[in-house]
Amino acid sequence: MELEVKNLSKVFKSTKAVDNISFKIKKNETLGLLGPNGCGKTTSIGMMLGLISPTSGQIFIDGINLEPSNRIKLLSLMNFASPYIELPKKLTVEQNLEVYARLYGVKNIKERKDELVENLNLQNFLNKKTGELSSGQKNRVALAKSLINKPKLLFLDEPTASLDPDVGDFVRAYIENYKKNNELTILLASHNMREVERLCKNIVMMKKGKIVDSGSCDELIKNHGRENLEETFLKIARSKSELE
Amino acid sequence: MNWNKIFALTLRHVYLIKGSFPRIIDLIYWPTVQIFLWGFISKFFTLNSSLYENTVGVILSAAILYDFLFRSSISYNMMFLEEIWSRNFTNLFIAPIKISEIIAALTFTAIFRTLIGLVPAALFAIPLFGVSIFKIGFPLIFLLITLYIFGVTLGLLVTSGLVRYGPSFENIAWASLFFLAPLGCIYYPIEVLPEWLQVIARLLPLVHIFEEMRNILIYDIINLFQILKAILISFIYFIIGVVTFYLSYNGAKNRGTLINMGE
Repeated sequence: MELEVKNLSKVFKSTKAVDNISFKIKKNETLGLLGPNGCGKTTSIGMMLGLISPTSGQIFIDGINLEPSNRIKLLSLMNFASPYIELPKKLTVEQNLEVYARLYGVKNIKERKDELVENLNLQNFLNKKTGELSSGQKNRVALAKSLINKPKLLFLDEPTASLDPDVGDFVRAYIENYKKNNELTILLASHNMREVERLCKNIVMMKKGKIVDSGSCDELIKNHGRENLEETFLKIARSKSELE
Repeated sequence: MNWNKIFALTLRHVYLIKGSFPRIIDLIYWPTVQIFLWGFISKFFTLNSSLYENTVGVILSAAILYDFLFRSSISYNMMFLEEIWSRNFTNLFIAPIKISEIIAALTFTAIFRTLIGLVPAALFAIPLFGVSIFKIGFPLIFLLITLYIFGVTLGLLVTSGLVRYGPSFENIAWASLFFLAPLGCIYYPIEVLPEWLQVIARLLPLVHIFEEMRNILIYDIINLFQILKAILISFIYFIIGVVTFYLSYNGAKNRGTLINMGE
């Protein structure tokens, strides 16, 4: 699926959280959405998920405008994972996957569930309550939920935050591998620059609600005269913008 | 309406109840305590008053019906609060489910929670106090339906507040029914209220429901017009509740409170 954001803005009272941003993610591409805390990434993702009404601008998914009349159709092709939201804690992993498979109208629920359980190594805690899992286990379950409907467009908000390097690497490798075998466009918001370099083809850098730079990892690093993406990020985040 | 999605949301709450024995006990405990309390109070009144016969029956039936209303409203609120407490709110609202399907699922599921609590309590009342709610006869079905519609409506209004203002609105959820109870004329006739309050009270379906219950139990009179009026008023409030919920949902989308909502 292709995602196109055109002149998107969001104003909360007097605060401009997102200020006229535009970008495009081509089909099967992974785009990194970077920026310091409070730069408008979550608000932007919220608008792309139909959770926040834009003040102005448009969001097109495969050319279809994300508006209330198309919401259900488009949401069934998308999904989202974030460590900041959780699945019902008192339900077992299996029950949660079942409920979300039904909510997303998955056809062969058992088959899809089994596939994800096997690929994400969920077997050992499938009947455990989700609230009793470790961060790493919860993270893999959240990823399973986000893939339950075989989405064509996936939003990942810091998918490996608070994970140990081993589990973090497992998740990144899984996403990489999943993408190779499935048609999937990803928008990844992350503060882990190595992760972004590994997974993303292109990057959009945000600061104070605006897009301040964009391009491939190599282009950005080269343009800012830095050695890696982390240094590039720091340079952009710490530089004074024209508006300041 | 997609019934599979409504079933999925219902299933989520069935799993929740099924997976926790203390939760089931909690659902049964409070209505039962309520029945015991009102049973003994009304028994005391019977011994010391000659106002009308069958005092225990009337007061206890009122207590059971009021608890039905209370449980249906609280059940509705609780299911919504569960989503906030478990930080599942965002997952729910990004799923391809219509707002009408969420409302329908909560409405259907609330009846199970309500009945789990109330059926044992109503059955306890038969051997303990010799009171059977079923003595009301066939109008009982209509009274219960009306109470349920109004209970769900109150639930809808409170959840609208939760959607709009977030978890801080939680305290209102618990207080909402106590606020209306004095005007509902549950345990006393409407004439007890000052005249100006009677005007307001008549705008609520509760007065008509409980007046009708007393008519049936004390005078053995069934006033179908009164029942119809109660159903109609409840239904009007229900429509107001649904509209309020949609407005709150759109307000929350504008304010950006649907993302990352949690405790």
